[in-house]
Amino acid sequence: MTTETVVRPRPATEDGTPPEQRHGTGLPALGFLAPFLLLYLAFVIGPTLYGLVMSFFDTSLVKPGLSGFAGFGNYAEALQSADFWSSLWHTVWFTILTTPPLIALAFIFALLADRAKNGRWFFRLAFFAPYILPSAVVALIWIFIYTPGLGLLETALGTIGITSPNWLGDPVWAMPSLAMTTVWWTLGFNFVLYLAGLQEIPRDLYEASAMDGASPWQQIRKITIPMLARTTTLVAVLQVIASLKVFDQMYIMTSGGPNFATRSILEYVYDEGFTNFRVGYAAAVSMLFFLVVLMVSAVWFSIVRRQEKET
Amino acid sequence: MTDLAQRAHSRVKLFNRICFGVLIAFALLWLVPLAWALDTALKPNAETTKTTWAIADPTLDAFSRVLRDTDILTWFGSSLFIATMSAVGTVLVASLAAYALSRMRFRYRTVVFWAVLAGIMIPGQVLIVPWFREFDALGMLNTWWAVSLPQIPTAIAVFIFKQFFDGLPRELEEVARLDGAGYLRIYRRIIMPLARPAVAAVAIFTFVTSWNDLLWPLLVLSNPDIMTVPVGLSTVQGSFGIRYADTMASAILGAIPLVAVFLLFQRNIVEGIAGSGLKG
Repeated sequence: MTTETVVRPRPATEDGTPPEQRHGTGLPALGFLAPFLLLYLAFVIGPTLYGLVMSFFDTSLVKPGLSGFAGFGNYAEALQSADFWSSLWHTVWFTILTTPPLIALAFIFALLADRAKNGRWFFRLAFFAPYILPSAVVALIWIFIYTPGLGLLETALGTIGITSPNWLGDPVWAMPSLAMTTVWWTLGFNFVLYLAGLQEIPRDLYEASAMDGASPWQQIRKITIPMLARTTTLVAVLQVIASLKVFDQMYIMTSGGPNFATRSILEYVYDEGFTNFRVGYAAAVSMLFFLVVLMVSAVWFSIVRRQEKET
Repeated sequence: MTDLAQRAHSRVKLFNRICFGVLIAFALLWLVPLAWALDTALKPNAETTKTTWAIADPTLDAFSRVLRDTDILTWFGSSLFIATMSAVGTVLVASLAAYALSRMRFRYRTVVFWAVLAGIMIPGQVLIVPWFREFDALGMLNTWWAVSLPQIPTAIAVFIFKQFFDGLPRELEEVARLDGAGYLRIYRRIIMPLARPAVAAVAIFTFVTSWNDLLWPLLVLSNPDIMTVPVGLSTVQGSFGIRYADTMASAILGAIPLVAVFLLFQRNIVEGIAGSGLKG
């Protein structure tokens, strides 16, 4: 504070720095930052540290305090637990099933929509509207579509002679069914990202290549796909992280079943922490999950840095 | 135009037409689930076991039954309050912080900046256990605050605002400062009015994310009187049984507010995603 009162009266041109540097602004800056930082400490930094501490204790939901120190016990238990690994695998399986179609279809639809001269608002409505619906609404609609005996999907496939499995009831088909619902639900987000990426490609690149006799297919391969490399990296990482965080669809549509075949890692945290009251253990599982998300982000970061070096 | 160029031109035209056809087909396919839900909601319950688009006896009864028998209107109120609180709170605290980071010099500026940056990496989903203990200790479970408060300090919102502020010209502020305006006045009178696109993007996104959130509200709201729409709908899911028209009517009713938001703010939403690439 003392430095500020010394700095302020200085003549404006003395050191030639921009005006905002001339004013010492420690105190007002604190005032502007305080509301955010207080909430940030209370609900982001604080809970992260609290969760980390809790993961080393046998904390119970129904007992106050941290309870007994467990060391790495919770982590060891999770890493040896078949339930932990199977729910982690279900999450990864869901990510594998959703990410490629959500990237490829969004890319193809955006590419096609970019060529369309009119009706763009209609495509945006059709592909993007589902994205802003609550998961509960999406789940209710798709449970009905998947209903054995009278669901729309079974009937539609029946008319072309395909026999449907019990979509949500069969342990093998439940996850692909959830994935299909998710593709329908969230494709619009990636679609919009790709549309924006496509608009940044200079049109004269296409015109020049058309002069040289390039076919549309060659243009897509030689111009569009390479120019969209960065958008694809962004879409892919956001998609992988979003898919890893899956909870809603399983919780509402299958309750993690049949026979736990679709229980995701977040649902495992939910079950252990809030059904079995083992919040210390649930915190340890959360931390392991956090580690997975961080690793994905780290991979992304390194890819982006390499792409930036290349250009 | 040479013969060759003309042939190539007509080939491109044909290609474009095929593309358009394929796209229309997919767009229509994408609308089928919503159309089917609406179609079913307009049937009497007895008719819903027949899988046809035609309705022999269309009726709005399913909607009135849902409105009468469930607490859906209360859930609307809850969701509206929580989502509005979250949106207003996020815009306010994030823009204030971003203004300080963009325009002011102070000690530990870089430290603060990196601390906020780190927050983008932390998904709220891994914090549900500590949050629950925290609000339990505060005696604030089953309150709107417990749902709304953790959603307000959004690190990504600070970055969107900071990026936007960094791009604003500084001349106006210089003039205002010479006239003796303080930081708060400049923030209110100059910066925020200019930052309307960023405000719109952050507000709409926080609103939609908050409205749609399920996991955290599900944990803290067990009282039906203050449940949000997604939590409420997830609890009634089983209770309709085979009354499919009622189930679909509740889904449609749950979708209406967001479809309205989408139609009103379509441009802001799309530009917001394109500009910043945020995702829940």
